[in-house]
Amino acid sequence: MTLPMNGQKLSVDSIKKINELSGENVKLCMQCGTCTAACPMAEEMDFFPRKVMHFSQFGMITSMENINTYWKCASCHSCSVRCPRGIDIAKVMEALRQIVLRTSKNYIEPSQIPKEKLKEYPGIMMVAGFRKLTS
Amino acid sequence: MKISYYPGCTLKYKAKNLETAALASLDTLGIEVEEMDRWNCCGAVFSLANDDLIHMVGPVRNLVRAKEQGADAIVTLCSMCYNTLARANMLMKNDPEKRDTINRFMDDEIDYFGDVEVHHFLSLVKDKVGWQALSKKVKTPLTGVKIASYYGCTLQRPSEVGIEPMGSFTLMNELFEALGAEAVPFSAADKCCGSYQVICEEEGDNTAAATVLNAASTSGAETLVTSCPLCEFNLGKQQEALKVKGKITENVPTLYFTQLLAIALGVTEEQCGFELNDAQVTQFLESKKLLVAA
Repeated sequence: MTLPMNGQKLSVDSIKKINELSGENVKLCMQCGTCTAACPMAEEMDFFPRKVMHFSQFGMITSMENINTYWKCASCHSCSVRCPRGIDIAKVMEALRQIVLRTSKNYIEPSQIPKEKLKEYPGIMMVAGFRKLTS
Repeated sequence: MKISYYPGCTLKYKAKNLETAALASLDTLGIEVEEMDRWNCCGAVFSLANDDLIHMVGPVRNLVRAKEQGADAIVTLCSMCYNTLARANMLMKNDPEKRDTINRFMDDEIDYFGDVEVHHFLSLVKDKVGWQALSKKVKTPLTGVKIASYYGCTLQRPSEVGIEPMGSFTLMNELFEALGAEAVPFSAADKCCGSYQVICEEEGDNTAAATVLNAASTSGAETLVTSCPLCEFNLGKQQEALKVKGKITENVPTLYFTQLLAIALGVTEEQCGFELNDAQVTQFLESKKLLVAA
């Protein structure tokens, strides 16, 4: 998968939205890739955290609608505590999730989870998972 | 100092063993805590979106209940409960604007200013008893048991609520050494177990958990010890599924730190609830002669 980046993709409003929701400034990112190196989920992501930070610097919200990076992020904060620019990257990922979830879209459908799984899963997993992945 | 005990949802059923072993150990150690008579969900994950204050109400209400009980501090066992309560508390202490909004919204409750201390059980045992005194109370030393102390994400990150600085795992390691065990150097101590992601994955696909378990095997540890019911599910109960998918080759019995504490302090087996752990645990404890034959 490739996502083209060019001047036409730039959306100042979207950058503002990501910054407002996350409380961070994505422009501070210098693209060093420390976040990707620290991320335990990186290998399962369509795009590494560094790249998603770059997309965010362009405000490419629409282009990022169907990528899995921010859904794979488990908010473990490994990146946030290591970012040399002091960006709480987990909060940027949360902002990207929220932008989708707030259009009433779910990443998982709780009703589709098999009953035997629901019996097996600890409550803590369901509360956390539904909060992060459903609107 | 009055301490309220906040259990959290999973400790009342799937992870009852984390709680019963802890409370029995506290009795033996003579530390008094009072379980809250009214509590609600901690939220499990801390709200990271800047404008999402409604999800702060859950954890803050628990802190308010503790204060209403006259408590100065709240103690928790589950790492995720610790994390959400500690961070919500910090927000109420340090962010006057958000604090005012939350206090105004929670109309019926007393206004809260972040003044109840939030502790994790590990820090409580260290502060109230100390490792030296603890080692004197050990009845069944865990001699020769090699342990990988697993902190996961939420006990240490973000650093402002971490029970100790990043990269340092002395609280658990010193606890186990006080109990007579050996804490082995473990490279995956603060790696993520895959967290709630398992909810949208095929069984046995959790690569993050496999990384932790494989690191534990390499470290020479005989058991992996955690303080979080979600970590225990991903790392303990999912081992067979991970094996089927070829992600791990060796089993690593996974326990809660409170269970090892309880064994060492001579707490009865019923209160340790080993039947709720993964299948290898009982066999492992028997091999180490840590279970009294029934």
